[in-house]
Amino acid sequence: MRTPRRRVTPDRGVSAGRGPRGLLVPAAVGLAFLVLPLVGLVLRAPWSTLPGRLADPAVLAALRLSLLTATVATAVCLVLGVPLAYLLARVPFPGRGVVRALVMLPLVLPPVVGGVALLLVLGRRGLVGSHLASWFGVSLPFTPAAVVLAEAFVAMPFLVIAVEGALRGADQRYEDAAATLGAGRWTTLGRVTLPLVAPGLAAGAVLCWARALGEFGATITFAGSFPGRTQTMPLAVYLALETDPADAVVLSLVLLGVSVAILAGLRERWLPSR
Amino acid sequence: MTHPATMTLPPAPPTTAPQAPAAMSRVSASIGSRVLAAAVPLLLLFLAACGGGAPAAPPRTVTVLAAASLTEVFTTLGRDFETGRPGTTVVLSFAGSSSLAAQINAGAPADVFAAASMATMKPVVDAGSTAAEPVVFARNQLVIAVPRGNPRGVTGLTDLARPGVKVALCAPPVPCGAAARTALAAAGVALTPVTLEQDVKATLAKLRLGEVDAALVYRTDAAAASDQVAAVEFPESAAAVNEYPIVALAGAPNPGGAAAFVAYVRSPAGVAALSAAGFQPP
Repeated sequence: MRTPRRRVTPDRGVSAGRGPRGLLVPAAVGLAFLVLPLVGLVLRAPWSTLPGRLADPAVLAALRLSLLTATVATAVCLVLGVPLAYLLARVPFPGRGVVRALVMLPLVLPPVVGGVALLLVLGRRGLVGSHLASWFGVSLPFTPAAVVLAEAFVAMPFLVIAVEGALRGADQRYEDAAATLGAGRWTTLGRVTLPLVAPGLAAGAVLCWARALGEFGATITFAGSFPGRTQTMPLAVYLALETDPADAVVLSLVLLGVSVAILAGLRERWLPSR
Repeated sequence: MTHPATMTLPPAPPTTAPQAPAAMSRVSASIGSRVLAAAVPLLLLFLAACGGGAPAAPPRTVTVLAAASLTEVFTTLGRDFETGRPGTTVVLSFAGSSSLAAQINAGAPADVFAAASMATMKPVVDAGSTAAEPVVFARNQLVIAVPRGNPRGVTGLTDLARPGVKVALCAPPVPCGAAARTALAAAGVALTPVTLEQDVKATLAKLRLGEVDAALVYRTDAAAASDQVAAVEFPESAAAVNEYPIVALAGAPNPGGAAAFVAYVRSPAGVAALSAAGFQPP
């Protein structure tokens, strides 16, 4: 029982020379295609005027709104998405495959379609929105709440996939042991299951947050565009390109920096060192 | 303690099993390289086609980038232009003028640019992207678009500043947004809209969907949507009349077609169509 744990890795010497050499050329073209535009963004950045442009109140307002809405959207996704992932991973019920497909739909749906759908349901004359307006006097479109809903709509599948995968990979015997030791269902969930899937949960939340931060189509359709209220960073990038392209580059650099930071934070998950 | 696995393991398979995947991988590798050999030239061909390699036949397509407010009238004019010249196709792209100007200066392959203001035409002229001097072919001014029946009783710009009245405007870089800003300043009305849209049709759409109570759009847009929308005229719009310039572009793939289309818009037939749509003469 004292044998040291060893990571099993394929023999690199054998696998390296096996692929057809011809793959190298398209692979290199593919890599250049993905990297060069970002290099261009960095090279064309107006570095000398960068601090002044970043301190522009309009830029800061867009950044603040983006960070706030993406964070609230992630919280909404956690509250609603984790139970959904638990259901999909652990509770067998008829039609589970259909439910999973429905949950994944926003992942493949063009976001602008999601925005139109949200408008038709939650808009002032929407199926639900008309009741919200007449009963509670609540009108969602053109508010930061609409931005949060649009972001949560497109980002939640990322969280559900990650958490469901983690739950499926977790060893259920720990939960069984907790149950035999007298732990109730909620205690088992809170003290055993969730800590077990914490890395997957964290990765899913970060991915969800990044997707929410980049949301464009559903937001501009459902929430409109108004500086400081519903105009998030991606919308500001798009608008700035028409009036001051240098501003668009600066805003893009900020988003690129955030993306690189996310990648660095998750490098253990996505970029295995060997 | 026995090991059932070792007892039931048949002796033959381990010797034959490894051969099958090896043979399969050889086959799939040769298929793969053949597919690759076929795909690379195809890809290059595709890239060359997308990159605008010299076409064999003379171009019969006229690509027109036009302000969103010209959507209905230019669609009609394009169809009439095609009817008079069999074999010619007019490709129309409508968006906010500022957006189109940015596309042209970024190298979008187009023959004609029709903008909704001189201000959005200027960057295209300044960048040397035009083949001639832009000419004004129409004028247009703003109205307050409200749902049919005018449920909020809007009679002028001051009504739009009332609490609870939701208003959609065009974004300031777009001609209709610039005009709205000028008109509101002329009226001395401070207005906080709920959204600033990217072109006049998007602004009108928010009204048609019922998400706002009023929108500042061109008279022609309100007329084109008269099945759902009523127009409230207001005196301050006279301070913000937009002039629509049109020009053939320097990088036009079809310079002859570009000049012909510009001439057609300014011909009596073009003027009649513009006036029928509610545009004023230049």
